[in-house]
Amino acid sequence: MATTPTTSRTISVEINGTTYEREVPASRLLVHFLRDDLDLTGTHVGCDTGSCGACTVQLDGAAVKSCCMLAVQADGASLRTVEGLAGEDGELSALQQAFHTHHGLQCGYCTPGMLMSATALLERNPHPSEDEVKLALQGNICRCTGYWNIVEAVVAAGEGGAQ
Amino acid sequence: MTTVETEAPTLQKGAAMGQSVPRKEDGRLVQGQGVFFDDIKRHGMGFLHFVRSPYAHAKIESIDVSAAHELPGVYGTLTGDEVAILTDPFFQIAAPPGGHVKDYALAVGKVRYIGEPVVAVVAQTRELARDAAELVTVEYEPLEVVVDARKALQEGAPVLHEECGGNMSYTGVWEWGDVDAAFAEADHIVSIKELHFDRFNSTPLECDGALVEYNRGTGQWTMYTNNQFPGFAAIMMGPALRVGLDKLRIVTQDIGGGFGNKITTHPQLVVCCLLARKLKRPIQWTEWRTEFHQSMSHGNERWFEDTEVAVKADGTLLGFRTKAIDDAGAYLRYEPLGGVIWSQVAPGMYKWRHLRVEFTQAMTNKAPCSPNRGYSRMQQLWFTERVIDIVAHELGFDPVEIRKRNYVQPEDMPYETPNGCVYDSGDYPRALEMALELVGADRIEERRAEAASRGKLLGLGIGSTLDSGTNNFGQSQLVNPDLQFSGNNEVATVKLDIFGEVVVTLGTTPQGQGHETTAAQVVADTIGCDVDSVHVRAGHDSYWNSHAGFSGTYASQFAVTGLGAVKGAADMLAGQMKQLAAMVFQCAPDDIELAEGFARIKGNPEAALPFMALGAIVNANNAGFPDDPPTLNCRYVYRPPFQVPDKERKFGNLTLTYSMQIHACVVEVDPETGVTEVVDYAAVDDCGTRINPQIVEGQVMGATAHAIGAALWETFAYDEDGNLLTPNFYDYHVPHALDMPPLKTAAIESPSPFTPLGTKGMGEGGGGGIHCICAGIQDALRAAGGAIVTDSHNPYHRVWELIAHPERSRENVEVRSK
Repeated sequence: MATTPTTSRTISVEINGTTYEREVPASRLLVHFLRDDLDLTGTHVGCDTGSCGACTVQLDGAAVKSCCMLAVQADGASLRTVEGLAGEDGELSALQQAFHTHHGLQCGYCTPGMLMSATALLERNPHPSEDEVKLALQGNICRCTGYWNIVEAVVAAGEGGAQ
Repeated sequence: MTTVETEAPTLQKGAAMGQSVPRKEDGRLVQGQGVFFDDIKRHGMGFLHFVRSPYAHAKIESIDVSAAHELPGVYGTLTGDEVAILTDPFFQIAAPPGGHVKDYALAVGKVRYIGEPVVAVVAQTRELARDAAELVTVEYEPLEVVVDARKALQEGAPVLHEECGGNMSYTGVWEWGDVDAAFAEADHIVSIKELHFDRFNSTPLECDGALVEYNRGTGQWTMYTNNQFPGFAAIMMGPALRVGLDKLRIVTQDIGGGFGNKITTHPQLVVCCLLARKLKRPIQWTEWRTEFHQSMSHGNERWFEDTEVAVKADGTLLGFRTKAIDDAGAYLRYEPLGGVIWSQVAPGMYKWRHLRVEFTQAMTNKAPCSPNRGYSRMQQLWFTERVIDIVAHELGFDPVEIRKRNYVQPEDMPYETPNGCVYDSGDYPRALEMALELVGADRIEERRAEAASRGKLLGLGIGSTLDSGTNNFGQSQLVNPDLQFSGNNEVATVKLDIFGEVVVTLGTTPQGQGHETTAAQVVADTIGCDVDSVHVRAGHDSYWNSHAGFSGTYASQFAVTGLGAVKGAADMLAGQMKQLAAMVFQCAPDDIELAEGFARIKGNPEAALPFMALGAIVNANNAGFPDDPPTLNCRYVYRPPFQVPDKERKFGNLTLTYSMQIHACVVEVDPETGVTEVVDYAAVDDCGTRINPQIVEGQVMGATAHAIGAALWETFAYDEDGNLLTPNFYDYHVPHALDMPPLKTAAIESPSPFTPLGTKGMGEGGGGGIHCICAGIQDALRAAGGAIVTDSHNPYHRVWELIAHPERSRENVEVRSK
């Protein structure tokens, strides 16, 4: 028997500094709420199993996989997505700039998730070593780069900005 | 990165070309502003979900969609019965028997693999569509299943496609030179009973999908999609939908990885088209990860049976004969092209002249195969590399020396292979030296001893590989003489607009290869401006008039066909700008130079027109102009110089360029567990002139990661009932950041003499990492019973078996010496 969503709920979340109030079906994943309802399409979906990390966002500061949460669970939370990384004047964050300089992206599909995981890392550990970066990114899959340039970019960003 | 130039480049590198210009694409991608197909929304669109087969082989007894239709929010459904009425089966590349396959967009009458789409359901939301799909009832009568290509070819095996009379889709004998004479001349004959190249694919992070709209007034469909070969998709879809190709507008922008896996989405796109028309609303289809793994584009699995190798006493390789069995899966979406594409690299990088391959392709109850990074050549190159290392192992040759002795040498270039392919340029022995140096091969015995003191088995492996690029589609006639395909083409337009904007459109569908950047580099240097002033439109659009029959991004060719078209169009524009400036200044076009965004009289910097002035004259201020001004809107079709191959002899040049990579690795195997750790790794690349070295290196890295994954972790494993055991990233382990070894890269530039810019197609890497890790494991195991590596995929349990029972693998090999 299909599970027709019979209930919905109004939730309020702050995302990148803006508060959104929306009614969402109980079965809607947070990632689809961001993408489909709010048009914040920078956050991506790459798997069904919580394995790939393309949907990573920051929820109250912690990096979480937004495909592994229901939207209603985010009620009252403060979120940050890739759209919230650059400054208000459009200036790229040091990490975004480092990905660009070090060729840390190719197709760009995993990039938002990588940036969010790495941003969370740099906030708790501003100068991570190569091994610390790899550990922090182990939940993020990239199929284009082989990770070498991504790790290099995050380490460089931790050394005080793009090299 | 060490860069060594072996020859003077054919191209005068300019201010931009040859530089690692940071990518133009990155700005939007690092801010989440890329536009991937799933980001596109339309008012009233319906979400599509497929009902898929839970059986690997079964008759469809009945389908009942009524309960799904009753669910509020469901817009409609599509079944195979409707598809069979509304469309024709897809055109088959194969000649009979494979040519008899009837392939529709949904299963008709029968299912042939688990995950095959049977019914499509469209609803108001993603969640509803998925729920409604569960309400569809399909009754099946299960049939006997065959998942092993060797068994599928045997008498009495269950037949997938009755109209084919069996499971064989293609067979042919490929023989060049005098094989019998080579074996008569040989001092040693090394036999290898069976080698197996495993099934995997590159699993791009973005799955397949589309947003499809139907315009009832014009009968045209627009597909915002991530298909990477729109030329092929259109050729497949038009006849199936019974429309001309003008009715199919294919649009791409950002694509989340492709690697060949996104070439054969035409069946699903046809379903979207039919539903957009039927339900009178835009259709949104996004594949789920499990669906991608179960049903899309697996790489060709291949067996090599009864291989024999003719070797002289001094280690000179004379030739080989083998029987290849290719597993195409349940349908022939792009197959049996894998049955010919391997022959682009028939001898690998070696000079043996006497080759015989009996090639047979079988259909099995597994997901269909289609191109995957290194498509079909990777299997053949792995075979030649495995043969070299097994021969060296059995006859006591040094794997380095036997390679150097038998490599095609730089002085042989351009080198014609026994089957008429032309290796354009390169220095393989030198690249090998560089790779060995980078992994510290001179200290290998010392390191072996040190590892042994820690209880580890250490080995050195080499993987020599070719990345043949720019297909001659005439090779398709070698598997089906009636096909009317040959050559290749790609298109670009470059124009100067009203305010001096330089605008470029391409027919390609980049998925991370940085086409916007490299195209801008070529245009900037050609017309004399900076890279930032060149605006390259992102992606492909069939309405731009910048595409041809073979447009797309696949088969390692952008640097040749794509940039060839860009260079051609930019040269045309430069000529027109000079002509126009000459009209204004009343001088000869040859007196004009283009530089720094101006057209100016040489030696007279005062007489200079900014690009904006030229664009304005033509586009907005042309009245009274004395002569017909040029259009400043230039379209160029690049066509590589190909002939149709000789079908009788299966002889001819199948590929324009041959990039080369030598990979070398040092591995440590834990004999207790069979776990392999790659501790050193180097890749030396030669793809001719590099327009953007950083992008090239990125491609080398990506291909290396794919190969390491395939060698150690990634496999599409099936059980006997045809269940895929690795249907998601949880079970199908792709490398993570922690899995990657330290990597060193280096490059040689041997410009291709055959291409406009000296460039060669690259990016696929030819599985170099698979070859060298297999070799490294075999080398490590010499000290533990001398097992032979016979599989391309070597997870810890297989390596453990090799250590525990080396005699089992050794039974595969026999040496007869005179």
